[in-house]
Amino acid sequence: MKQIKGVNDFVVKFANVNGTGSASANHLFAKAIFRMGVPVSPRNIFPSNIQGLPTWYEVRVSSKGYLGRRGGVDLMLCVNPQTMEDDVASVEPGGYFVYDSTRPLAPHLKRDDISYFGVPLTEMCMREFKVARLQQLLKNVVYVGAMAALLDINFSILKDLLSDQFKGKEKLIMPNVHALEMGYQFAQDHFKCPLPIRLDPSINEAPHIRESQHILMNGNTAAALGAIYGGATVAAWYPITPSTSVVDAFSKYAERMRIDPGTGKRNFAILQAEDELAAMGIVVGASWNGARAFTATSGPGLSLMSEFLGLAYFAEVPVVLIDVQRSGPSTGMPTRSQQSDILAAAYASHGDTKHVLLFPATPRECFDMTVQAFDLAEQLQTPVIMMSDLDLGMNDWMSPPLEWDDDYEMNRGKVLNAKALEEAESWGRYLDVDGDGICYRTLPGTHPDKGAFFTRGSSKNEMAVYSEKGEDYVRNVDRLLRKFETAKSYVPVPKVHDPIPVKKPKTKLKLGALFFGTSASPSYEAVEILAAEGYPIDVMRIRAFPFHQSLDMFVHEHDIVFVIEQNRDGQMRQLIMNECHIAPDKLTSVLNYSGTPITARTIADQIRQALKTTSAEVVALHPETT
Amino acid sequence: MSYYKPKFRHPSLPENELGYTVADYDGAVSTLCAGCGHDSISAAIRNACFLSAIPPHRIAKLSGIGCSSKTPTYFLGRSHGFNSVHGRMPSVATGASVANRDLIYLGISGDGDTASIGMGQFVHLIRRNVNMTYIVANNGCYGLTKGQDSATADLGSVGKSGVKNQFDGIDLASLAVLQGASFVARSFSGDKEQLEPLIRAAMAHKGFAFIDVVSPCVTFANNVGSTKSYAATRDNLEVMPLDFVPMREEIRTQYKEGSSQAVTLHDGSIIHLHKASKDYKADSRESALIALQSANETGKVLTGLLYIDPNSQDLNHTLELAPKPLNSLGKDELCPGSRVLNSINEGLR
Repeated sequence: MKQIKGVNDFVVKFANVNGTGSASANHLFAKAIFRMGVPVSPRNIFPSNIQGLPTWYEVRVSSKGYLGRRGGVDLMLCVNPQTMEDDVASVEPGGYFVYDSTRPLAPHLKRDDISYFGVPLTEMCMREFKVARLQQLLKNVVYVGAMAALLDINFSILKDLLSDQFKGKEKLIMPNVHALEMGYQFAQDHFKCPLPIRLDPSINEAPHIRESQHILMNGNTAAALGAIYGGATVAAWYPITPSTSVVDAFSKYAERMRIDPGTGKRNFAILQAEDELAAMGIVVGASWNGARAFTATSGPGLSLMSEFLGLAYFAEVPVVLIDVQRSGPSTGMPTRSQQSDILAAAYASHGDTKHVLLFPATPRECFDMTVQAFDLAEQLQTPVIMMSDLDLGMNDWMSPPLEWDDDYEMNRGKVLNAKALEEAESWGRYLDVDGDGICYRTLPGTHPDKGAFFTRGSSKNEMAVYSEKGEDYVRNVDRLLRKFETAKSYVPVPKVHDPIPVKKPKTKLKLGALFFGTSASPSYEAVEILAAEGYPIDVMRIRAFPFHQSLDMFVHEHDIVFVIEQNRDGQMRQLIMNECHIAPDKLTSVLNYSGTPITARTIADQIRQALKTTSAEVVALHPETT
Repeated sequence: MSYYKPKFRHPSLPENELGYTVADYDGAVSTLCAGCGHDSISAAIRNACFLSAIPPHRIAKLSGIGCSSKTPTYFLGRSHGFNSVHGRMPSVATGASVANRDLIYLGISGDGDTASIGMGQFVHLIRRNVNMTYIVANNGCYGLTKGQDSATADLGSVGKSGVKNQFDGIDLASLAVLQGASFVARSFSGDKEQLEPLIRAAMAHKGFAFIDVVSPCVTFANNVGSTKSYAATRDNLEVMPLDFVPMREEIRTQYKEGSSQAVTLHDGSIIHLHKASKDYKADSRESALIALQSANETGKVLTGLLYIDPNSQDLNHTLELAPKPLNSLGKDELCPGSRVLNSINEGLR
């Protein structure tokens, strides 16, 4: 049998039962590889359940530093009898299957094109540990030990990580280390270690990762830190997966960093609201009153918040919303990832509305863009929605370290204080004095007799007086459009990379690819795969809506543009068509909406397929391209 | 259409201790129907703020949607106002209140805005004890959509169309007492003698102060058979009068021994409950509920201060907010800086 080989380049998947303590053991495995300096990207694929259902943990190891999913599994470690049949089937030919051999493997689970490694996890733990809970929990640690031997993981790093994990609970270190050693020893004694797939810290083909001293963190924690550093003082929320940990992390950091030294009291308020409507209402009220406020939610919450988003858009109140997307519609698959709120967010609420969206692709960007979201919201006096997703928000990603410029000043936008009001000859809340569509706001309580006005969701004139006159309404909503134009020059610009040189291109068509957020990593990888096959593809990573004009140009300069995203309907493609006035046949969707993050292989396959069919059509339509 | 009143003022208008006249508390001219109860509530708010000498710009007015929620335009023109969305003013007020604890918050809502679409937010506002005054202008019908019954319409009350309401009305005052509101009152828009001191007391109270004001709709619910018409309300009123003496004010009126009970608020203001209410225990939820229930059963409209917890602790206290308003904090107080971030990075390696 030909076995899969690969140094620092393979995919391992753990198949577990949720609620059995596997998550922390699996994290230990991934973190050890990270500490060895080998690029790694772990992903939790978990059910909407607390205990007893199947859960997986997929770990991609890639010496080139590809952090997206590759597709396929080289080594499966399965301790969940419920899913074993499918798990065996999902291993690549030549791959490896590690299982709990306390009970013999059923004959129908035997494949002759993969290698099996039985470790009697249950038996070993029953023998070595007395407490039932430990017998259960440490099974996970035993298999990590076995994996360390099989893949050549640095054992002392594992021990260090256990010590870090159980700091303050030293009693637990001993049995954990013992379990780790048991597994390691068993594998050494019974198998030829290491396997042809293994780790070697001396090989790292991703200098950009090695040199920038990457960190391992999830996007939700990074966004929470962004809210701390961006000066958010009010967080209002309603618990919903996968956004809950944003506010959990904000709370944790605020308790440490936002206590008033004089009084010991809090310089922040966190309100768990009765629903997402109220969460957004609280944000609107606090922002109206001049505090930086935010909420975090996911699809169903976004739907509920739409009414208030319309109010904030029309009454021009800053709002920061972190949308950690999951599979919809309705409850959908609540613990699975998608990028399927794009249109709902861009046009949230009834009437003519458009909202500023930011698309982070790394935890570092979650941090930076959250800070920026507060500035943008106040500069533009409008909602800013950061479109993260479950994959980015809840999984640990290797990311460039977070950086902070101590000279940063919060940009509070056009707010008139008492002195400015005193000096102003005249003032109207909705007067476009500067011609950029952004007017001057005032905060309640600023001046005894100047600057008071009535904020409302109904139509008004420039002086903030209720008006049902058609011309007042039209002037106002046209100004809002002008403001949205101004936003184009404020939001992050798209990232363009130098094209990968292709020696003998197999096509004369100019190909381009557009993607954003968590679709970015596997897209870059797919583009490299295709370049090696002779298909040069220029790429642009979208980072914000409204779209920068360079996006229009990018589309116009290419014959076929692939829009790579994770939803059924090609929502970003639709948004581009709609906002940039681009003919539909110019943009080809590359999609995955299964709930598990898109893989580089899927992208490459779909593009190959599309090139087969579309090239001929394009050539027929535009013969000059040949 | 709203328009602002002329700036001309009578030179001899009395001034309060801040030098403001009552006209300084005016808003735009009301566009509600002539004779609407809500206009009397607006006038009572104006007078209460003038009498209590509250700087107008230190008040923030908030409302939802409906006839009642239009009224904040018609008083306190020097205050910021926020006409939010239907039934959701409580959350907006909650956010505003935690963002700047130094302002005085006044919410105006209606029976539709509070007892139907806004019921969820209303009870949670009570539960959090947000430091604000919340007035419901309660007429038992949807005025702005032409007279449908609201959830506070009494069972059997007849609307203008002549149809009897088939559902039990929601008693917002009982609900507020039951849910733990720290200040609950009921009044009648036609009784400014009672309404003004109640509003003043509510605004001095620390925590959530709720006033359910029966405020007849002259257009859609003032007919014979409507339990919330002017005539029916006047006929069935059971008034517990009161006086309000703000902090630092000299006590001029002498109350006869045993004729009244005094409640001292956290800021030193005193509420005198007297005459008919001398036996009423305003600090007992149980007596409030019994009194409300027995009034309801006999078709009476019991008005006055129904319940108060003068020592209540508001949301700002529960959240342990620092004394400086959150909206006034700057970069130095909010941003931990690069050194802290570098150590966080270190912990993630």
